Amino acid sequence: MTSDHAADMTSHSAADIDRHVRVYIIVFVALMALTIVTVAISYLDLPPAMAITVALFVATVKGSLVACYFMHLLSEKKLIYAVLVITLVMFVPLIALPAFTHGNSFGIFE
Amino acid sequence: MEIPYTVEVRPDTGLTNGKIAIWLFLASEVMLFGALFASYILIRAGATSWPRGDSILNVPLATFNTIVLITSSITMVMAWASLMRGRFGTYRMYMGATIVLGFVFLVVKYFEYSHKLHHGLFPSTNNFLAIYFTLTGLHMLHVLGGMAVNAYLLGPGSKLWKTNPVWFTNRVENSGLFWHFVDLVWIFLFPTLYLL
Repeated sequence: MTSDHAADMTSHSAADIDRHVRVYIIVFVALMALTIVTVAISYLDLPPAMAITVALFVATVKGSLVACYFMHLLSEKKLIYAVLVITLVMFVPLIALPAFTHGNSFGIFE
Repeated sequence: MEIPYTVEVRPDTGLTNGKIAIWLFLASEVMLFGALFASYILIRAGATSWPRGDSILNVPLATFNTIVLITSSITMVMAWASLMRGRFGTYRMYMGATIVLGFVFLVVKYFEYSHKLHHGLFPSTNNFLAIYFTLTGLHMLHVLGGMAVNAYLLGPGSKLWKTNPVWFTNRVENSGLFWHFVDLVWIFLFPTLYLL
């Protein structure tokens, strides 16, 4: 019974997995390139507000690539999305409130 | 007692119970690290002066560690893909590489930490170092935890492949989700602490 499962698992998805693997390699290369971009930007001596915005933007792009492709979020079930939406509803104020409370300290509103 | 829906998906959710469980756990982890990032923002914004991370921390070492962790993410996902193709030998190779890369990350972190401590830079020295050691220390514990689970799935836990390959593949996928999350956290920690 279990070997049938294995056979089914492999035959059913072999082509899909090959396609996935190609995507993983592309994402890996993109992540490496974006890591170099992140470090390179830090040498530009941008104003603090700009430096924070750019660095977090690049980090968000990298994080999204990991979540969407390595964690397969692009093709998940609705319940997982629901869990993540609830998490985001909690997470965004958690980060935004302290940031906006002291936003001017970063020069954001100048 | 047998855990239900480890192989077949639950009809109402379309997911295995393990998959739901790991995502709920990751949601709680988002809030855990979120609270520490919020603390970082408050402490930094409230400070009259704040050092740039690269004036205290070793950016080349951290860049190297970023590359190591990203590489370990692709080896992890390739380990899962190998099982999906029914190639257990290839799985062992990729999972082994993932564990080794995790170990490399920890060794580099050890050198970073010991360099700081030898120069009298402790968590109590200032707020920057306090939040640096707290965030990276917690992240390091997650790397260690992920390595322990992966080592189990490479060693004794891999016996399950012979009796129930689908369940084993699901376990590796769930462990991978945790490992990618650890990578994701580092992707934000690296610029926040080292480059800004």
